Amino acid sequence: MKTTPSKKLRKPTNGLEPPVDGDSARWNLRLYVAGQTPRSLTAFKNLKDICEEYLKGQYHIEVIDLMENPTLARGDQILAIPTLVRKLPQPIRKIIGDLSNTERVLVGLDIKPR
Amino acid sequence: MIRQNSRNRSKPLESLRKERTGIPGFDEITRGGLPAGRPTLICGGAGAGKTLFATEFLVRGATLFDEPGVFMSFEESEEELATNVASLGFDLKQLIADKKLVLDYVFIERSEIEETGEYDLEALFLRLGHAIDSIGAKRVVLDTLEALFSALPNEAIIRAELRRLFRWLKEKGVTAVITCERGEGTLTRYGLEEYVADCVILLDHRVQNQISTRRMRIVKYRGTSHGTNEYPFLLDEKGFSVLPITSLGLAHKAPTEHTSSGVPRLDTMLEGRGFYRGSSILVSGTAGTGKSTLGAHFIEAACKRGEKALFFAFEESQDQIIRNMRSVGIDLERFVKKGLLKFHNARPSAWGLEVHLAVIHKEISDFAPSVVVIDPITNFLAVGDAPETKSMLTRLIDFLKTRQITGMFTSLTSSGTNIEDSEVGVSSLMDVWILVKNIESNGERNRGLYILKARGMAHSNQVREFLLTDHGIELIDAYVGSEGVLMGSARSSQLARERAAEIDRQLLTERKQRELQRKQELYEAQLMALKGQYETERDAILRDLDEDERRRKVMADERLQIARLRRADNGEVQFQGDGARKARKGTVR
Repeated sequence: MKTTPSKKLRKPTNGLEPPVDGDSARWNLRLYVAGQTPRSLTAFKNLKDICEEYLKGQYHIEVIDLMENPTLARGDQILAIPTLVRKLPQPIRKIIGDLSNTERVLVGLDIKPR
Repeated sequence: MIRQNSRNRSKPLESLRKERTGIPGFDEITRGGLPAGRPTLICGGAGAGKTLFATEFLVRGATLFDEPGVFMSFEESEEELATNVASLGFDLKQLIADKKLVLDYVFIERSEIEETGEYDLEALFLRLGHAIDSIGAKRVVLDTLEALFSALPNEAIIRAELRRLFRWLKEKGVTAVITCERGEGTLTRYGLEEYVADCVILLDHRVQNQISTRRMRIVKYRGTSHGTNEYPFLLDEKGFSVLPITSLGLAHKAPTEHTSSGVPRLDTMLEGRGFYRGSSILVSGTAGTGKSTLGAHFIEAACKRGEKALFFAFEESQDQIIRNMRSVGIDLERFVKKGLLKFHNARPSAWGLEVHLAVIHKEISDFAPSVVVIDPITNFLAVGDAPETKSMLTRLIDFLKTRQITGMFTSLTSSGTNIEDSEVGVSSLMDVWILVKNIESNGERNRGLYILKARGMAHSNQVREFLLTDHGIELIDAYVGSEGVLMGSARSSQLARERAAEIDRQLLTERKQRELQRKQELYEAQLMALKGQYETERDAILRDLDEDERRRKVMADERLQIARLRRADNGEVQFQGDGARKARKGTVR
C-alpha cells in the first residue's frame, strides 16, 4: 500500500497537487480518513496548507479511505479518524484530529520543537 | 454502519434471547447465558479472570456452537493471547486459520500521538466491523476497552464514541463481552456501566485470612431472572468454571434402599440394613476414636460391592491413610488400583471454603461416586467461621442428596466441649449421627459408639464398645448388669469374675453328682453283700434241712429195719418216706 499512488486522494478544492512522489520525498505523510466527511476534508485542507507552508517540495501525502480499505487500519494501528501518520522521517508519529490546531500539528510533526 | 442496521432497532423483543457461553456453570446461573445480541460488561480487578472469561466465551462459541467470534484486544498482542490460553487447551491459531476467530490487537502509544482538533473513533468501528463481517462473527470481545481512556487524551470524545459503539454493537446484533477494570467504589474505573446497561457481571478475587477465593456475581441482568448470589469460580487447566452451588431446596428424592456401613454390627444397630442410600451421616467424636476408620470401612464396603467411592481427606495424605488402614486390616490400595476409589487430599488452608466446595463439586461430578467420605469437616473451621462452614456444608449435603450419593462426614469434637456438640453445627442437617467417644473410667479409656439419631429408622439405643482390631472395627456389647455398664478391662474383669462363679457352680454340681454316684454304688454294694449273706444263710439252712431229712431217713430206715425185724405194720412208714423225697426236690444245690 505504501507504494500505491494516491488514487484515492480526493482533489482538494484548491487544486494543489503534491509536488514530489512518495519515494523521494523527505516527508512521507499518510492521512487516514473514513469517507468524505466534512471533517476529513477539513483535515486534508489543513494538512495541505501546513505542508505547503513549511515543507514545500519535500513532502508526499497519501490519503487512505478506510471505508474502502478497512484492513489498512490495522497496519498503522488507526483508531481515530482523521489520523495523520508521519511515516518518514522516522520515528513514526501520529496526529489525530482535523489538524485545525496548526501549532500542535507542527509540534506533532517535529517541525517545531516541543 | 449505524444506518445499515437501523431496522433491527424496531424489531420487537418477545422475550430476551440468550446466548450460551459454554462455560460450565455460567449458563446455569444466568439461566441460559448472556443476552444475545447485546453487550455485557465484565468488570473486575487485576487478575480477576476477565480476559480468560472473554476468551473462553469466544473459543467455546466457536467450538461448541459454531459461532465465530472477534477478539479485539487493547492490552495483549495476538501472540501473547494465544500463548496465555494455550495452557487451557485453546488453540487460537487453529481457530484463526479455520476462520472461526479474528484476533485484532489494538495498540496505541500515547507518546506517539498528538491531538490536533476534532476526531472520532470511526476507524475502530471500521476495524471491528470489517473483522465481524469477514467471518460472520456472532460474538465480540473488547478487552479492555478502557485502555482507550489512557491512550487518547480527550475523554469527552471517548465517552461519546463508546456510547455510539455500544449502540452500534447492538445494531450489529452481536453478543459482545466488554471487560473493564474495577474502579474505586464503582464497578468500572470509567463508569462504563452507564453505557452497558443490559448485563453486568462482576468478577472478584478476594483474599481473606491469606486465602484467596474467586467469586462471580451478576450485578445486573436486564429483562431476566438470574441467580443473585456470589458464585465461586475456578480457573484451572480446563479453563473457567462457575459453580452454582446454592441450596437447591428440599426437593430431593428419598430412596428406600440401604447401603451397608461396612461394620456388620453397626448395620445391625440400624435395623440390620445400614444407612439409607443418599443419606448423610455424621460421625463425631474426640481425637483418636476411630472416626476415619469407620469412614474407611464404609468405603471398603462400597468398593467391595463394585461401587465408586471418593475420599476427601483434609488431614492425611493418601499414602498415610492407606498405610494406617492396612494396620486395621482394611486394604484400600487395591480399590485405588481398580479405579473404584479416589482420594482427594488437600489442606483446608489451601483454598477458601467456596473453592473447597467448588473443588469437591467438580471432583464428584467428574468421578460420579456413590459414596463420599469427608474427613473431617471440622477442619474447614480453620478457613471460614462457623456460619460460613455451615452454609457450605448445607450446600454440599444438598448437592449429594440430589445425586443420591451417600455421604459420611467426620467431625472432630475437641475434648472439654459438650460431646454432643457437633462443632460445625450441622448435626440437624444430618440423617444419621453416630457418636464415638472415649469413655474414661477405672484409669483407662475405652471407645464407645452409639447412634444419636437415625432418621426413619428404629435404631438401637445401646452404647456399644468398639475395638480396633487387626481386622477392622469390632462392636461388642457393653456389659450391662448389676454392676452398671462396664467397658474395657472392667468389662473383661467382670466377665472373668462371672466366669469364675460359673465354674464354681459347675464344680459344685459335679461334686454332688459324684456323691450321688458314690451313694448308689455303696447301696448296690451293700445290696450285693446282703444277698450273699442271705444266700449263705439259706444254703446253711437248706443243708441243715437236708441233714435233718437224711437223719430222719436214716432213722426211718433204722425203724423200718427194726420193724422188719419186729414184723411190725408198715403203713405209716411208707408215708414218711414220700415226704422226705419232696423236701429234697425243693433244695437249690
